[in-house]
Amino acid sequence: MTFNLLEQIAVGFIGAALLLGLIRLIIGPDAPDRVISADTMSVTITAGLTVFAAYFNSPLFLDVALVYGAISFIGIIAISRVIEGGRS
Amino acid sequence: MRLIADVILLLGAIFCFLGALGLIRMPDIYNRIQAGTKAATLGSIAIILGVGLLYPEWWTKLLCIIGFLLFTSPVSSSVLSRAVYLSGIKPWTKPSKQQKPLNTSGEKT
Repeated sequence: MTFNLLEQIAVGFIGAALLLGLIRLIIGPDAPDRVISADTMSVTITAGLTVFAAYFNSPLFLDVALVYGAISFIGIIAISRVIEGGRS
Repeated sequence: MRLIADVILLLGAIFCFLGALGLIRMPDIYNRIQAGTKAATLGSIAIILGVGLLYPEWWTKLLCIIGFLLFTSPVSSSVLSRAVYLSGIKPWTKPSKQQKPLNTSGEKT
């Protein structure tokens, strides 16, 4: 479906949110800052993929969003175990 | 019907944007966890509800995604903040005014 003006503004706000997360991912002073930025960006990308599915009018992207959310969750848990450190 | 969906979609996108802005703006890592996770979760759920109002035949998969997001996002932020706290990073406190040693008025104390 073609997006009207409000939906185009919403897509612009999602893009701006991803851009701000990318800035924090680049300039983050430590490793945990970058991990938090990646976490927030992955939640935003999961919502953005559903908008992508609405734009291309195919429900296949919803499966992609679900699997992306699962894999990013496992990745965040693994990286936080590494940050915690020292305790097995 | 499409106008309601558009308004909910726009509201969710604005919440995602504010979460990312808090990620830039906040001074400490704990504040960044707070701002990023909560606002981005609310915004994502609002965006998915808006898409569900646009396409009413996709409700089941969208409800699966919303439930998964509601389960995993607080767990991930909690585990992350616990790991950061156990790795020894102190929380940021506002610098107090009582620790200024200079006496600008010239009086002897």
